[in-house]
This record gives sequence, C-alpha cells and structure tokens, in this order.
Amino acid sequence: MLEDKTLLMEMLRRMVRIRLFEERVIQLVERGEIVGAAHSYIGEEAVAVGACMALRDDDWMTGNHRSHGHPIAKGGDVNKAMAELLGKATGLCKGKGGSMHLADFSVGILGESGILGSSIPTAVGAALGSVLQGNDRVAVPFFGDGASNEGAFHESINLAAIWKLPVVFLCENNQYAVSSSFKKMVASENISDRSAAYNIPGVLVDGQDCIAMYEAVSAAVARARAGEGPSLIEGRTYRYYDHSLGLGRIVRTAYREDEEVELWKQRDPINIHKERLLSQGMATQKEIDAIDAETQRQIDDATEFARQSPYPEPEALFEDMFADPIPLE
Amino acid sequence: MTQTAEQTRNITLTQALNEAMREEMRRDERVFIMGEDIQSGVYGASAGLAQEFGYERVRDCPLSENAFMGAAVGAAAVGMRPIVESAFCFMWVAMDSLVSQASKMRYMFGGQVDLPIVYRASLYYGGSMAAHHSDRSYPLFMHIPGFKVVFASNSYDGKGLMKTAIRDNDPVLFCEDRTILGARGEVPEDDYAIPLGVADVKREGTDVTIVAIGGMVPRALEAADTLAQEGISAEVLDPRTLVPLDRQAILDSVAKTGRLVTVDMAHKTCSAASEIAAIVAMEGFWSLQAPVQRLGTANVHIPFSTALEPLCYPTAETIADAARATLE
Ligand SMILES: Cc1ncc(C[n+]2csc(CCOP(=O)(O)OP(=O)(O)O)c2C)c(N)n1
Ligand SMILES: [Mg+2]
Repeated sequence: MLEDKTLLMEMLRRMVRIRLFEERVIQLVERGEIVGAAHSYIGEEAVAVGACMALRDDDWMTGNHRSHGHPIAKGGDVNKAMAELLGKATGLCKGKGGSMHLADFSVGILGESGILGSSIPTAVGAALGSVLQGNDRVAVPFFGDGASNEGAFHESINLAAIWKLPVVFLCENNQYAVSSSFKKMVASENISDRSAAYNIPGVLVDGQDCIAMYEAVSAAVARARAGEGPSLIEGRTYRYYDHSLGLGRIVRTAYREDEEVELWKQRDPINIHKERLLSQGMATQKEIDAIDAETQRQIDDATEFARQSPYPEPEALFEDMFADPIPLE
Repeated sequence: MTQTAEQTRNITLTQALNEAMREEMRRDERVFIMGEDIQSGVYGASAGLAQEFGYERVRDCPLSENAFMGAAVGAAAVGMRPIVESAFCFMWVAMDSLVSQASKMRYMFGGQVDLPIVYRASLYYGGSMAAHHSDRSYPLFMHIPGFKVVFASNSYDGKGLMKTAIRDNDPVLFCEDRTILGARGEVPEDDYAIPLGVADVKREGTDVTIVAIGGMVPRALEAADTLAQEGISAEVLDPRTLVPLDRQAILDSVAKTGRLVTVDMAHKTCSAASEIAAIVAMEGFWSLQAPVQRLGTANVHIPFSTALEPLCYPTAETIADAARATLE
C-alpha cells in the first residue's frame, strides 16, 4: 500500500486541478471565449496524473489533441495554459498553439500533436538523446487507442525495443476514437497485448485508479532507467464528454450507450482517490475540501489572468519561424 | 448555366457531394468508400451512405491512413473504384502511399494499370484549428506528377466534378474547402458531369482578371462587387481543376483584360497562384499591361490565436487592393 501522504495528496491536487480546469474550459467554450476545437480530458485524470507522478521533473513527455491535462499533471503553469487556450500572448505558446498544442517545455513536455501518432517518434528520439548523452531521463509518449493504429506507433515501439530506449509508451485507452470503438478497430483484445510483437512488457492498468497507474508506470520507469528498454502501458479509461467540445455541431448517430457512460462515471477517478484517502485515514474531509477550494481559486485566478492578458501583436505572425529570422512574406 | 429555376434545387456543397457519391454508388457497384467515422456521419458529405449501401461499401477505417489510402491503390488496381474520405492535414501520414504508389504506378509500370481513386481532402482553415489542422498544401499534388487536382467552389461544380472524378481512371485529389461547404447553390435535377480541365468564368469583366480557387472564389466575387462600385470591371475566373489546368481560358481572359490577380489559400511560395502567374508571364506576357499580382497565405504555419490567424489569408479587401494596384 502506498503510504506517502505528500504524494497521495499531490495526486489529488493535480487531478482536481485538471478537473476544474476542464470544467472551466467547457464554460469558456460555451461562452465563445475559447474557439476552435477543445477536447475534454474529464474522466481520464488518473492516467496522466498517475503516470506523471511516477516521473521526475526532468523526464520527457509528448501528448496529443486531448492534452489539457498533461501539462497540469506534469506540474506546469495553469495561468499560461489558460492564456494559451484564449489565444493570448502570455500563453505557453504565445497564442500560436492553442488547445491541441499546449506544450510546456519548462516541465519536459516536447509538444502535443494534433496529428495522431505523430509525436510518438519524437518521444523515442528524446529517449535516444538520453542514451547518447549518458543520462537516465525517461520519455513518455501519451496517445489514444485510435492513435495506436497509426504506423508511427508501431515503427516507434519497434525502434525503441531494438535499441532498448528508455521509453514508456502510454496508451490512454478511453475506448473510442471519435465514434469508433477500439473493440472494432484493434485486432488484439487489449492494446497492451501488442507489446508481445515487440518483445517488451505490456501492462493493462485500471486507468481510473491513480495509484495503480502510478505503480505500473513506476515499474516501467525503473526498467527504462536501468537500461532494460521500453514498456507499453495501457490505461483503460473513459471520456465523459463527446470527442470534441468545439465540434458539437458534427452530430453523429449514437456510438455508445448512456448506461455505459453512467457506469463509468460511477468509477470516477477523483472520487475513487478521495474515498481511498478517507477510508485509509490518510486524509480528512477537511483537508480534501481545502484542496477543492484552493484549486477553484487557482482556476479562477488563471481565468482572470488569461482574460486580462493581451493578444499577440500582428508582428508576432512572422516571429518564431526560424532561429535566425529570414525575410518572409 | 442554362438551367431554369424549376429544374434546379438549392443545396449546399456538402449535399451536392453527397448526391454525386450516392448516384455514382447506385450506378456502379465497384464504387465504395473508406474513411474514419463515416458510418455514423449524420450531416457530412458521407451522411446516409452507410444506411443505403451497407457497411461493406461504406467502410469505417482505423486511424491508419497510410494503410487505407494505400489499400485504395491496391483495390483500384484490381478493378474497384475507391473513394477515400479524409482531411488534407491527415494525408501527411499517408504520403508514402499517395506519392510512391498512387501517383507513380501507372507511369512506372508502363501504363499497365488504371487507378480510379478519389481522395477527398477536407481543408480546414480560418477556424482557430492551429497549425496541425489548417494545412492547405494542395499545390504539392500539382507538383507531384500523377494526380489530378479538383477544387470546386460551389454546389453545381462540386456535384458535376465529383461525378467526373469518380468516373475518372486516375487518382484525383478532390479538395473540399470547409469555408464554403455550407454555401448553397442551384443544382439541376438531371444527371450531369463537368469535364476536368474546363475553367468557368464566375463573373465577366473587362479591366482585370482575378483567377481564384475554392474558398477564394466568393472572396474574389465580393472584391469584384466593391471594384464595380469604383467603376472597375473585374472578371473572376475559377479554374475548377488545377490538374489538368485550363491554361487557355486564363490566357484568353488576360488577353481581354490585360491585368491579372491570382489568388489562392495555399502558402504564397509555390502556390497554384504562383503557377498561374508563371504561365501568364511566359505565355501571356504581351497581353499584360501591369505586373501580375499574386495573393496567397503568408509563409508561416497557421497560428491559433484569433488575433493572428485572420492576418494570414487573402480577403476581399486584399484582393480588391491587388486589383487596384494593377490599374495604377
Ligand atoms: C492522422 C490523423 N488522423 C485523423 C485525425 C482526426 N482525429 C482527431 S482525434 C481523432 C480520434 C483519436 O482517437 P484516440 O487516439 O483514441 O484519442 P482520443 O480522442 O480518444 O483521446 C481523430 C480521428 C487526426 N487528428 N490525425
Ligand atoms: Mg480514444
């Protein structure tokens, strides 16, 4: 049993931070303050938090289109993340990336990819860097069940396996890619089973259980740091909302049952964690309430910061294309 | 267009594409469609196709673009006529199948094979979708020999060109511009098809030719309205297909007006607009009374922020300015 109270409370804090951040995002999308596409991470918090708490600050990760949670899980700045979503100059990417590209290099995030699977090789390259530089930093690419069908995933995992690179491939299996069930789209029963083809460990984990995620990723990280190569971890989880908040107008026929959604909501990762803390006497209700309240203030502050921040100046359009600027028209 | 109101219906470009695919699937059972989440589509261009034709002919694919865009090549090579639904920016992960196989097979194997494939490429831009989702690099497919490139700007053209694309025996990149897919236009009841390589004059004029592509056509027409109020008569010409390209129509128009503005929403450098400017510089030089004006998207990736993204693309205002510049 994990008994490190500081760690357990920090897990809770980060999961709640993601949840409240995402709830605010929904409001801002509805109010038209956030435009474009926004993919909600609500329901999946334990996956990113459990995994990132098993990492050091100097470990690397890459994310995908559904990666509002990852910079928070990795300990990134919430103000800058919110400002990015509002397209402000103070945002993580100076307003150039937006919702699908909340990269925070200051906490080891090498970028989120809107193109599925595309950032998995990047993580493999970061792990190659660790080997070449003689350090033990691990790289964790996060990707969905859908993206695990991209060639980039299969090529990357084989490359990492033959070179024994310190990578933890982390599949966030929320069971659907837009409207397509992984049961129809993945030939094996579990995505973790695919590890067999690459001769590396593959573990299926309850993605609603932050501690289970933490323990599985910790084991894979230890293996990676010891030079024993990559692992594949599948966090079985669920997204409460539809694929994309901003694209609600793309109406589709029902692809999942309401009962299924309800059933998964009963296994809410934050509630599971809170109940465990209480039942094991690790935390009091008061301490938990304090985290909720403190986090709500933090999200309110972040929203205020984002709203008050300036938009980028027109000159910014041509900035950051090259290391040394060249004339562009 | 010679249709009268009684014989036409007012439908969106999306609906027009849907009708074209539906009618061709009824007409020819070798036609089938592959894509992501197309069976469940309710409003998109593939809406209702699965219900009518079943899941064998309307196939949901895993997120494996290189595999299914490449599988289209194989299926076409053995006598099927696949339509592949995707978005331009998702084609990057399938470039090997598209370039090494689809574009090269016929030529490299000495003409032994037909490859009747339509690759439908949605172009998202102008909607705060940021760099990964806003690519409009269709001129790459003009640059790579072996693709036909179609870009419809209204419902009538969309339906007629989609039918031709499906009946064509070569790989066709069919661009679907999200900024205009919801626009309505008149479409005849009767079956019709529009040949590839025939441009269309969307508005006649005598002072300056504006060649505009896809979503730039409505912007060019708006610019022409503004210019008309200033006594400038602009002709708006829509090539409709970029490969093959109706060079003669462009040259004829420039011969009449003596001035050229070319507009597209691809990045300026090596754009379709650049190619058209080059053709006119080489073959229409003696008709020109002013330097050619070429408009396109700024040579940067598309930024997310609403403060920056609109600065990237040509607008009715910048098109009108460019036309005025040719008359100075
Ligand atoms: C290469 C590519 N193909 C298609 C898409 C469109 N798309 C965006 S998200 C998505 C579903 C992704 O599913 P999954 O990987 O399971 O992640 P989830 O959205 O469930 O978190 C699709 C099809 C894309 N962004 N990139
Ligand atoms: Mg998924």
